[in-house]
Amino acid sequence: MGTDAPALKVENLETHFFTKAGVVKAVDGVGFSVERAQILGLVGESGSGKSVTGFSILGLVDPPGRVVGGRIEFMGEDIANADEARMQSLRGNRIAMIFQDPMMTLNPVLRIETQMVETVLAHRKVDRAAARARARDALGQVGIPSPDERLAAYPHQFSGGMRQRVAIAIALLNDPDLIIADEPTTALDVTIQAQILHEAQKLCRERGTAMIWITHDLTVIAGLADKVSVMYAGRIVEAGAIDDVLDHPVHPYTKGLIGSVPSRNKRGAPLYQIPGMTPALLNLAPGCAFRERCPRAAPACLEQPAPSEPVPGRSVRCFRPYVEAAS
Amino acid sequence: MSAFVIRRLMQSIAVVMVMSLIVFFGVNIVGDPVDMLINPEADQADIEAAIKALGLDRPAHEQYWYFLVNAFKGDLGSSFIFGQPALQLIVQRMPATLELAFSALFLSVLFGIPLGVYAGLRPDTLTAKTIMSGSILGFSLPTFWVGLMMIMVFAVMLGWLPSTGRGETVLLFGVPVSFLTLDGLRHLLLPAVNLALFKMSLVTRLARAGTREVVHQDYIKFARAKGLSPRRVVLVHVLKNIMIPVVTVIGLEFGGLIAFSVVTESVFAWPGMGKLIIESIQNLDRPVIVAYLMITVLMFVFINLVVDVLYSVLDPRVRLRDMRA
Ligand SMILES: Nc1ncnc2c1ncn2[C@@H]1O[C@H](COP(=O)(O)OP(=O)(O)OP(=O)(O)O)[C@@H](O)[C@H]1O
Ligand code: SF4
Ligand SMILES: [Mg+2]
Repeated sequence: MGTDAPALKVENLETHFFTKAGVVKAVDGVGFSVERAQILGLVGESGSGKSVTGFSILGLVDPPGRVVGGRIEFMGEDIANADEARMQSLRGNRIAMIFQDPMMTLNPVLRIETQMVETVLAHRKVDRAAARARARDALGQVGIPSPDERLAAYPHQFSGGMRQRVAIAIALLNDPDLIIADEPTTALDVTIQAQILHEAQKLCRERGTAMIWITHDLTVIAGLADKVSVMYAGRIVEAGAIDDVLDHPVHPYTKGLIGSVPSRNKRGAPLYQIPGMTPALLNLAPGCAFRERCPRAAPACLEQPAPSEPVPGRSVRCFRPYVEAAS
Repeated sequence: MSAFVIRRLMQSIAVVMVMSLIVFFGVNIVGDPVDMLINPEADQADIEAAIKALGLDRPAHEQYWYFLVNAFKGDLGSSFIFGQPALQLIVQRMPATLELAFSALFLSVLFGIPLGVYAGLRPDTLTAKTIMSGSILGFSLPTFWVGLMMIMVFAVMLGWLPSTGRGETVLLFGVPVSFLTLDGLRHLLLPAVNLALFKMSLVTRLARAGTREVVHQDYIKFARAKGLSPRRVVLVHVLKNIMIPVVTVIGLEFGGLIAFSVVTESVFAWPGMGKLIIESIQNLDRPVIVAYLMITVLMFVFINLVVDVLYSVLDPRVRLRDMRA
């Protein structure tokens, strides 16, 4: 395992759900990499497979779902085929995940202290007092006032935003190398959101933590991420440096996403809305999944587009990208 | 918290009062104890005297009033048959019944929870399916029939265990108990298992349903994402959550155990309250029936209180709500 290996490298990841109605290809050939101290934004509509991608990395896909193919390399180590004991020692320790719904992530019948201390003790040979001190520091780090007293509280005594901060604090407990943050700021108000984003960036720079920041909201990651992968129907349809992609999206879906975000210089103009809905992933027809909603769809799009590099440094799955617009 | 306890206490007292009314009049309407208790050959004067002595000549509401006043003094009347105070009769038999009920409760929790949790964690395995089919049997086979079969097999055919009585007892805090002597334990085993089967099935199914629901919660996945061992996830995160409904139902059903013990006690000739009440009903021994019912009501009400308090200990959300109340 070379020291120059990226924190995480995912290739051709396939996670399918074998339901009674048929196979749901929730993740279908996803690939990306995150360097140390780098933040990758993973963007897409609801149901595009972002959370399932995160769970696949942690080896936490529950039946009827299964990772059926692909490579996952963490710090140069192949973890797609690692045994359960190895995964257990990585989870919450080297790779931490912050879940999407803060109201549901904390166990309602256990004190915050219990839920934090157990995370430290699961991975470190320290005594309870040291683990508790670590928990208190982590709560302070995410801006929870009087952390010493709050440790004794139960989850229902916190607001949704506070609970999400506790979940973030839990992710920070063991100084992980990689944090997968699944829409961690959706439940928070704007000031706290900004504060958390700032903290995340600082953590990344100071400790070299790599991050995958999952969101459906491009504006959230605009000032945060280094690069972005846009997901649609279980596939990455466009990937590149964040500023390049935001300024010159070439995939019709990305362009639609950016068009649907309110912006200051177009105030008053009606917002663009991508027509139609995300397709159901069950027994998805072959061809480009965005076809039904795409303004540029052509007969060629009945085939599945392979990733190409129409612009340097950009990976795109589309037969007819907006390359003219970008040049 | 104390406001909550006081409120529950008031409700409990109201329940006891209403029940005393129902019980007293209900029992008084059934049958005429005069026919049963007084020798029909006796002359009129003797019969009159007996009726007077038993207080049966007064109007019903007056009888009820005396009953209430005396009840507060701890006097629930004397048995027509034994001539002893009814309360004393019941209190004498109570330890045997409570011992049987607690043993059954203990067995049903000891086996029901692990079986249910296992079946909930691995619902598709053969073992889980066997457990669940077993629990259906435990639910549907009549207690007296299972009891008779157990006697047939373990007492008559195999001769391993005795089938009647409490066996040797020793005093524990002045109360005779069987479970501390080997002979007593051997006597206790069959009736306790017999009485436990139904509750064990109930606990198994509750624990399974709870486990099935809880394991799919985000907080369990999050616990796994923290790198906790599967052991800790199940024993702490899952178990603590399923204990809430299990404790509630076990508590509320404890009264049911006492009620069901009537059957088991009759089958195994276990000298408890259940056997006494059956005999008293056959003899229309009204004071004993009324006393039994009142004691049972008190027990139910008390158990409900204990469950409420336990519940608030287990579920912090309830605790908070009550503190606000
Ligand atoms: N247990 C399951 N059984 C069947 N299909 C599933 C299951 N879990 C997820 N899926 C499928 O996987 C797809 C991707 O789900 P995922 O939760 O990853 O979406 P997401 O991108 O995180 O969306 P959101 O923004 O709403 O969180 C969904 O469309 C869903 O149909
Ligand atoms: S491949 Fe065709 S349908 Fe798909 S996004 Fe590109 S142009 Fe649109
Ligand atoms: Mg999601």
